Amino acid sequence: MINNQYKLTSPLLIERQCENIDLNKKGHVIVKPTYLSICKADMRYYFGQRNAEVLKQRLPMVLIHEACGEVIFDPENKLPKHTKVVLLPNIGGKDTFYLENYRLDSVFRSSKADGFMQEMISMDYEHIVPYSKPGSDSVFSFTEFISVGVHAVNSFLASSHSRRDNICVFGDGALAYVVCSILKNKLKGCKVTVMGINPVKLQYFNFVDEVINISRRRNFKTYDHAFECVGGSASGTAVNQIIDIIAPQGTVMLLGVSEENVALNTRMILEKGLTLMGRSRSGREDFVEAVSLMEKNKAFASRMKQLISAQVEVNSVNDIVRGFDLAKTSDFKVVLHWCV
Amino acid sequence: MVFGAVLAGGKGSRMGNYTVPKQFLPAGGKPIIVHVVEKFLVHPEIDYVIVGVNPEWLQHMTDIVEKYLPDADRLTVIAGGADRNSTIANVIEEINRISGNDDDIVVTHDAVRPFVTLKMISDNIRIASEHGVCDTVVPATDTIVYSDNHEFITDVPLRSNTYQGQTPQSFKVRLFEKVYSEMTEAELKIVTDACKMFMMKGYPVYLAEGHVSNFKITYPEDYKMAQIFLGDNVGVNENDQ
Repeated sequence: MINNQYKLTSPLLIERQCENIDLNKKGHVIVKPTYLSICKADMRYYFGQRNAEVLKQRLPMVLIHEACGEVIFDPENKLPKHTKVVLLPNIGGKDTFYLENYRLDSVFRSSKADGFMQEMISMDYEHIVPYSKPGSDSVFSFTEFISVGVHAVNSFLASSHSRRDNICVFGDGALAYVVCSILKNKLKGCKVTVMGINPVKLQYFNFVDEVINISRRRNFKTYDHAFECVGGSASGTAVNQIIDIIAPQGTVMLLGVSEENVALNTRMILEKGLTLMGRSRSGREDFVEAVSLMEKNKAFASRMKQLISAQVEVNSVNDIVRGFDLAKTSDFKVVLHWCV
Repeated sequence: MVFGAVLAGGKGSRMGNYTVPKQFLPAGGKPIIVHVVEKFLVHPEIDYVIVGVNPEWLQHMTDIVEKYLPDADRLTVIAGGADRNSTIANVIEEINRISGNDDDIVVTHDAVRPFVTLKMISDNIRIASEHGVCDTVVPATDTIVYSDNHEFITDVPLRSNTYQGQTPQSFKVRLFEKVYSEMTEAELKIVTDACKMFMMKGYPVYLAEGHVSNFKITYPEDYKMAQIFLGDNVGVNENDQ
């Protein structure tokens, strides 16, 4: 069957292209994406901010790895038509010793494989998670983003020492917001502090215990553990600030992506006996937990809704362009209502 | 119920040396018509698909369904009529046999427009439900000129008001029956387009948004373009047979 894909062929240029998909592939269903969410990683490709070699290798490519949709055709009749599903972008590699998201031969959509900006997609049952909460499709579009937070917090809980009275989260963006929400949900009694620089964005964090504008404060107390959700060019500054204020043997979760190498104060890392742990992607069980959180926890779901800065109805390539342009200036997430 | 009707009555007389009707030519590993039928089968609002095919090619189409769509249980192949509207009339007869409800809708589509999208079908269903009949169009990019003597231009309509008609064309089944029954023999002889019939009988035909990629494979150049879009080597690919 002919499927339309919307491919980034070079920075800023998206073209509609066709592919032929097999309607009756065993173990697969046909899903029509309904809502897509633009991630910073997509923006780096779209605006040509990845290095030239990477762009040359990976383009043309269909962008977007955060999406939800509806099953429209299941040749095995296991899932009814219109079943709402979250789409998983990770295609796990072979070595099952490692988590599916970190295997060297794993493939991630909108990175080394085509993403979800398509008319429809053939997905196997393992790469979709059904959800049922009515009227919240736009929020479920960025379940992948939330699942990364779930994965990071679960990894943290599994490996950090048990004194978790004070945790600080560096960053005032969407990822910091998600991590704070999950921490508040999972660690009752733990004081969560967010540290950022943008006063407007920090206004959103009114559910945490303390909000600090780091550009206006010089003296800090000590925190048991920390999450770095800054990324980009400020990544190094943020991690070194964390190293300065964290208590001995604390765990520093690194979640922000930086295109550049970062110089770290390793002397202090050694002196304090710190653990630095990187987490950037998630697996199926993280998706299932993220879906469950949004279905069952009203406050959490409402908070996630706050992350939608703008929604764009997409009927054409021009609308996609508008969505990406808007994402550049939005506080948090831009969701594309996928009507193509 | 909502029916998809794939109209495949043509014999491909404008396709050069090919001996099979163009809807049966291969593109992207399967006959063109299979791509069209598949799109209608997966569309979540289409309940049933009827293919109206030239009687001479009925068995061929039945064999194609057997080969490429063996599990399709919401699909029937029927013989078409002498022209497009009589093929639609045959399709409607079949719809009445399967459903016969007063609110049945049919989305008719050319078998040689394989690049139809789910959205075009959805828009057609929505507009036909609201207004009774609709036609899929794209704004004309070339200036459309009119000549009623085929010798010189007799009119140049304002380009911003001109469109090129595509398919799907969709309508309420009962409305089609009414309009078709009101057509005289003479009118039926000159009217080849279903939407034109509705207009003649005073029903406004609403516009649905098409796309330039939803082109009709009419000439060999169109076929080549379809093959290029689907990543084929241009020409009839032996592996596609």
